[in-house]
Amino acid sequence: MSFFRGALLVAGKDLRIESRSRVALQQILPFGGIVVVLFAFALDSDRDLLPRAAPGLFWAAVLLAMLLAVGRSFAVEEANRARDGLRLSGLDGGSVFLGKASAIAIELFALEAVLGIAVVVLYDVALHEALILVLTAVAATIGLAATGTVYGVLAGGLRARETLVPLLVLPAVTPVMLGATRAFEAALDRTPGDAWPWVQLLGAFAILVVAAGVAVFGPLLEES
Amino acid sequence: MKRIYLAATLVALAVTAFLALYVTPPRENQGFQAVRLLYLHVPCAWLAYLAFGVTALASILWLIPRTRNTTWDLLAGASAEIGVVFTALMLAVGSLWGKPTWGTWWEWDARLTTTAILFFLYLGYLALRRTGATSAERGTRCAIAALIAACDIPIVHFSVTWWQTLHQQGTVFNPNLDVKVNGSMALTLVLSVLAFTMLYGYLLIDRFQLAQLEEGREERELQLAIAERVRAEEVVPA
Repeated sequence: MSFFRGALLVAGKDLRIESRSRVALQQILPFGGIVVVLFAFALDSDRDLLPRAAPGLFWAAVLLAMLLAVGRSFAVEEANRARDGLRLSGLDGGSVFLGKASAIAIELFALEAVLGIAVVVLYDVALHEALILVLTAVAATIGLAATGTVYGVLAGGLRARETLVPLLVLPAVTPVMLGATRAFEAALDRTPGDAWPWVQLLGAFAILVVAAGVAVFGPLLEES
Repeated sequence: MKRIYLAATLVALAVTAFLALYVTPPRENQGFQAVRLLYLHVPCAWLAYLAFGVTALASILWLIPRTRNTTWDLLAGASAEIGVVFTALMLAVGSLWGKPTWGTWWEWDARLTTTAILFFLYLGYLALRRTGATSAERGTRCAIAALIAACDIPIVHFSVTWWQTLHQQGTVFNPNLDVKVNGSMALTLVLSVLAFTMLYGYLLIDRFQLAQLEEGREERELQLAIAERVRAEEVVPA
């Protein structure tokens, strides 16, 4: 079976599980929503501050929801020893990585679309430079999903997995948080020139993590 | 041998402390005493690099099948623990210096931010190590996590060159290798780095030996329990 067909199979499997169990829809998405609302409480619905802080708050909410998505993606493999099935499937480790990371990325895209609307409405943000916003979101999401997947399998099968993954993932995705926030800020300020270096950083980060993930996922899956 | 080494380390540290506190000048024209924190801050930073470098190297040696050995896993863990302690100390001392000098405990500049991230990356690494009782269980995951964390080391080091930062550029290892310190200050700085490196060596050996004892503990306890049981059965035949 070809590399990408394998990845497609794994992604299809994960997305099918999510579409049937509705955990992403009924738990992770509302969680992202409540985080967006809580941030507004934290800043005391300051009408000037909220739109200015919106890019950072949006990405912080995405990051927190991403932790749940990653946890969920690997909790699915814990149940009924599905991980053993995955190992015995004969699929290349790299293609399993791409599959799982793509499924998380697709879930995150959907989440970002909904949270984006929530931020625009609740924080009173005016959108500009749609192309930069979309490119930033794509590069950042790939980076987030890939990093989460690497650490998800790294902690796979461990006792303290649920608490360990956030501690491992969050410091590793700080470049995404920083880059995506700055790029969004520049786009919303209508200074697209300032956004490009950050978009490039996000792209480079995504490529690096995906390459690293393809390389190390196989050995880590064997280990877990 | 270990005791002599420890004694030598303590002497070196004492001489450093004496030079740093009494011989070196305060900062010229303001009689500024906080500059003496330099002799603590710089060696801590050096030890953090050294310790995490050793962790990365040992992790690579673990990942190469031909050189895979429990020693490398234990060494990586021992070194990372020391690195985390000295990173925390470096951040704390830097903060103490920053308040009177920059007027703030913490500044979100590139050097400080990347160092803080480095600290959390290795805290995560240590937490990951705790989840496996033996090298065989945890080795590969930990080695990969250590190598991911190590990607931040060059970023920390070059952050002062790449970005405009409040934190000054390297005093010795700057892009032009133009050493900007001399006299008693340079001597004290060199000695402080030497003394701290000796301390690192001592702590590393000590922590490594402890880790070796921990590693075999369960196995040994099991053997002891079996031996005890066998003896008991010999005294009172069933």
